[in-house]
Amino acid sequence: MTSALSDVRMQVMWARLVSIVEEQAQTLMRTAFSTTVRDAGDLSAAVFDVRGRLVAEAVTGTPGHLNSMAEGVRHFLAKFPADGMEDGDHYITNDPWLTAGHLHDITVVSPVFHRGRVAALLGCCCHQLDIGGLGQGPDGRSIYEEGLQIPILKLASRGKINDVLMELVRQNVRTPLQVEGDVLSYIASNDSGARRLRAMLDEFHLETLSDIADYVITRSQAATEAEIAKLPRGTWHNEMVVDGYDRPITLRAALTIGEGDILVDYQGTDAAVRHGINVVLNYCKAYTFFGLKCIVSPEIPNNAGALAPFKVRAPVGSILNVERPWPVAARHVIGQMLPDVVFGCLSQALPGRVPAEGSSCLWSVQLRAKAVPGMEDRNGRAFETVFFNSGGSGARQSQDGLSATAFPSGVRAMPVEVTEAGAPIVIWRKELRPDSGGAGRTRGGLGQIVEVGSRLQQPFEVLAMFERVRFAARGRDGGGGGAPGVVRLASGTPLRAKGLQEIPAGDRLVLELPGGAGLGAPGERERAAVDEDIRQGLLSPQTAERDYGWKADEGGPLRTGTAGDMSNGS
Amino acid sequence: MTKGGALARIGADIGGTFTDVVLETPDRRHTTKVLTTHDAPERALLDGIAILLAQANLRPEDVGLIVHGTTLATNALIERRGVRTGLLTTEGFRDVLDLGSESRFDQYDITMDKPSPLVSRGLRRTVPERIAADGGVLLPLDPSAVRSAADFFAAEGVESVAIAFLHSYVNPGHERMAADILREKMPDLSISLSCEVSPEMREYERFSTTAANAYVQPIVARYLARLDDALHDLGFRCPLYLMLSSGGLTTVDTAVRFPVRLVESGPAGGAIFAAAIAAERQIDKMLAFDMGGTTAKICFIDHGKPQTSHSFEVARMHRFRKGSGLPLRIPVVEMVEIGAGGGSIARRDALGRIVVGPRSAGSEPGPACYGRGGGNPTVTDADLLLGRIDPTAFAGGLMTLDRSRAETVVGGLGNAGADSRIPALGISEIVDETMASAARVHAVEQGTAVDQRTMVAFGGAAPLHAARVAEKLGISQVIIPRSAGVGSAVGFLLAPIAYEVARSFHQCVGQIEIDALNGLLAAMSEEAHDLVSRGAPGVPRSETRIAYARYRGQGYEIPIAVPARPLDRADEVVLRDRFEATYRAQYGSVIAGLDIEILTWRVSVSARRTTARSSAAPVEPRAFEVTLRHSVLDPASGRTMAFAVVRRDDLHPGDHLAGPALVVEDETTTVVSPAFDLDVDGHGCLVLSLRAGGKGEEP
Repeated sequence: MTSALSDVRMQVMWARLVSIVEEQAQTLMRTAFSTTVRDAGDLSAAVFDVRGRLVAEAVTGTPGHLNSMAEGVRHFLAKFPADGMEDGDHYITNDPWLTAGHLHDITVVSPVFHRGRVAALLGCCCHQLDIGGLGQGPDGRSIYEEGLQIPILKLASRGKINDVLMELVRQNVRTPLQVEGDVLSYIASNDSGARRLRAMLDEFHLETLSDIADYVITRSQAATEAEIAKLPRGTWHNEMVVDGYDRPITLRAALTIGEGDILVDYQGTDAAVRHGINVVLNYCKAYTFFGLKCIVSPEIPNNAGALAPFKVRAPVGSILNVERPWPVAARHVIGQMLPDVVFGCLSQALPGRVPAEGSSCLWSVQLRAKAVPGMEDRNGRAFETVFFNSGGSGARQSQDGLSATAFPSGVRAMPVEVTEAGAPIVIWRKELRPDSGGAGRTRGGLGQIVEVGSRLQQPFEVLAMFERVRFAARGRDGGGGGAPGVVRLASGTPLRAKGLQEIPAGDRLVLELPGGAGLGAPGERERAAVDEDIRQGLLSPQTAERDYGWKADEGGPLRTGTAGDMSNGS
Repeated sequence: MTKGGALARIGADIGGTFTDVVLETPDRRHTTKVLTTHDAPERALLDGIAILLAQANLRPEDVGLIVHGTTLATNALIERRGVRTGLLTTEGFRDVLDLGSESRFDQYDITMDKPSPLVSRGLRRTVPERIAADGGVLLPLDPSAVRSAADFFAAEGVESVAIAFLHSYVNPGHERMAADILREKMPDLSISLSCEVSPEMREYERFSTTAANAYVQPIVARYLARLDDALHDLGFRCPLYLMLSSGGLTTVDTAVRFPVRLVESGPAGGAIFAAAIAAERQIDKMLAFDMGGTTAKICFIDHGKPQTSHSFEVARMHRFRKGSGLPLRIPVVEMVEIGAGGGSIARRDALGRIVVGPRSAGSEPGPACYGRGGGNPTVTDADLLLGRIDPTAFAGGLMTLDRSRAETVVGGLGNAGADSRIPALGISEIVDETMASAARVHAVEQGTAVDQRTMVAFGGAAPLHAARVAEKLGISQVIIPRSAGVGSAVGFLLAPIAYEVARSFHQCVGQIEIDALNGLLAAMSEEAHDLVSRGAPGVPRSETRIAYARYRGQGYEIPIAVPARPLDRADEVVLRDRFEATYRAQYGSVIAGLDIEILTWRVSVSARRTTARSSAAPVEPRAFEVTLRHSVLDPASGRTMAFAVVRRDDLHPGDHLAGPALVVEDETTTVVSPAFDLDVDGHGCLVLSLRAGGKGEEP
């Protein structure tokens, strides 16, 4: 076969692999039982070669899972070597240090057998509504309080489910139906991917995925290195202060662009804390890679080759590289800040290519009510539910930031109707938050206001894990900060941004999500854009006057000036 | 002449640029293409019908059926040319249309933007009211707030309002009450209720579908009323049916209420047309490529059947990525549609690159070369300058194209004084690449490949671009059927008269309320049979019943067949078995011990149509003698070449000629690029085959 033809064949197979993992992800969503998976798409699906290298991922995935799995599949192979696997075997774990950073993310890896041998591996990882323990909040003092730990185990042997394990899981979680149903849907998902993959191997007369894996990985690595080669060499520093649990935490990074690689070193970052907002190295890498990729090589498909030129170091014992048994359940509140830390370094190396800081941390609202003995059928019903909400993203070079849109997380918000059908809560408000986008030549995205109550006449609890309440997103190049978040009761009492708290019977929880920061001097914003924001109710005339020097009767260009900073904590 | 009697049938497809009309009698097919008249689209349609009746020597009363489809609604959505629309919604939920799923459709692209809603924030009003997930009323509707919203909408000049409240799919009471109040205050207001347009859970999709319905409703309603009247005045007494996006047909009344279901009617007709060709020629894997004046549609047809789906995204803005358009929850033929047609306007972007579409010059003013006041360069202008279109033979000689105008506007994209064919080549290449890229992306989303497919090209502009797009996709065979220029209208006449009734009735398998269910299904069946028999009296009908089932706790259902007869207790085992078989086939395994719940029931009744399938006689290949050649600039090589020019009427089954060539007919021109050879098969189709070694550019 000529090399040109072989190249075409490889490209066809590559495209096919992407559609196979996409189908794998779709199957997971179609068959799943929990809203985190079926509606929010808090999942990832991917195919790996027999050496455990990521070859292709579904576009629906979220970085915290995907890039963590990219690191994690080799651990499965270390414990269960491929030559000992049998057709119909499936493997499971939720070990934060081996996969996605907290116990709520369960990963299932399955071999794909073809002509009697393991030809490839399929993996998927999803966020579970509950895994026992204290629940998904930052209050655990060690991993032992955070729920059921599942080491890498056989979930199924030759198609037969490990009943002992499943019984143990059911007994340890608050929502056994959803968790068990989801675990079965992981298997269905990997099985559907395996069927398609086998058909592809047959069609192209291949024994294993090795050749195509080499092709994909080599190509992607070379393309990433070529992108890096276009960048200036040097080292740039950035630091960012975030709320933390009960005291501020400083994240520090030095980013070095070298000969074909980029190193991010988090030396100088604060130490781990006693509450569950600590990040394992896998997860730290996952979001660092993501931040780098968005700026350096967004067009190159994600796989082991595309990630190889990116290197991450974080001091052991720092909040970005904790060891067992430090608590990690709400690790996303710190982990999802890392792209902003990376962007801060890159904005110095690559002026004009990097957005301003955003709200970044997904505001995952985990609610719970405890059963009142003897009153289960009326107002004493227990429930456990979670729904996702996003603030504003940072202003981009020539576009405003995205309002109420997840970044860097790749998940979707559950529909309000779906959330309410699953638990006795009422979301009374879920609406854009005017005046929350940081001022600038381009404006930060708006946050949103969420108000939620219970239908039951009893108190309920929130496992708060919200960020950017004290320290707002900072503007870039003269742009203003985004509005910081607010956590309170509808009756007025402020709540803490982190930790388990009670909402009294009849009261409601109100969340004002942070806005993204602005970019460039507000005075450079076009008058028409300010007018339009006012007309659409995204900006009040008062704020427009304060931040942009806007006057109701003026039609001309804005006066030049600096940002009126909306944040009150930075 | 009354011999043809009421056996004559008319198919009419109004596109953004052209209106295609087909008249079929038992003996032959007459076709014509007239320019769409946007101010009153029925005018072009009636003109077209008059032309064909005259040709066939028939009178209005000789026509037994008119089937109509229109891209009026689609184009209004894509080009954002709907009416001024308001949204009335639940307090606290003003921004559902902006929030969407709060996600990004492209993980790594930080420059992506979400589609902007059809109803801007300033025209979205909220009122105090709240229904719970179980249908209970948490907060009664405040009628005074609705009245003040009515005043606001009136003051803002809003012509149509979408009413979309949370959980209205379980309890539509508040939406209906609000509609009554609005109607009282604003009798002429067009109102769309989410509980009627799309009564399904998940607020963003339901609100979006309802907003789209409202956005196009006045346009479609006014148009259909005028058309109905005009046809009646002219003496037509036959039923008028509308083509639905699902490939079925419906009545004018239903179409006026739910115009959003007409959104893909033209393309659905095209898919049926292509599917008939696939079935006739036994093509297993087909790519249907339909390019009109305003948009291009790509649809995959496997084993002679178009794929269907219950959701659709219209007007994808960002590199055709899934998620970059507006979601519509309607039954639809699965396809991708992009703003690339003969009328698409070309311009240079901030970086100096040529960009084509999605804005279209339509038919009024149309491309510059139409000489009707169009001042922007379009794909058709480029095709003319490249020598692909004979300016004197366009649309059967109906109009003469003005080459100098095309030169002026297209030349404006290039360097002053330079050859205007260079930017023309750029326009053609960009639009072809755009369409090829959309096909590739769609294939990935559908988990299929494009390169082994046979392309069937139809629609006025497709035969001009098909060969080049095929080269880019690595496709080696392209078929241009007879009547390719009016393919969708032909497809309308192949569609069955069918009607589908859906009802939500939540049941758990094992505890089905058998009597209640039988009553419901019987009533649904009667309704559907009644509607179909009125459209196709005396024609045998078939009925299918489908239940949408899932394991309790899941979020998505799968369809299972239900026996079309009264059910009894024993059928619960049948339903469980069928669910498990379907589930296993789809997902590989079943889950033991879990309850199965059924949420929705659908009854479809369809009149069987007997399609005359002519098997083509084998043909003897013979070389066609070319007498005329014409200079055409070829995009693959960038060289000017002598293309053979032949009239399609002069070609006969068996004729063979080597590319490059132009095949001219009344409704379109087929470009046979230098990489392809042309054969005419026994059906009269033009078959373009990639010459061995003549492989085009790699994808």
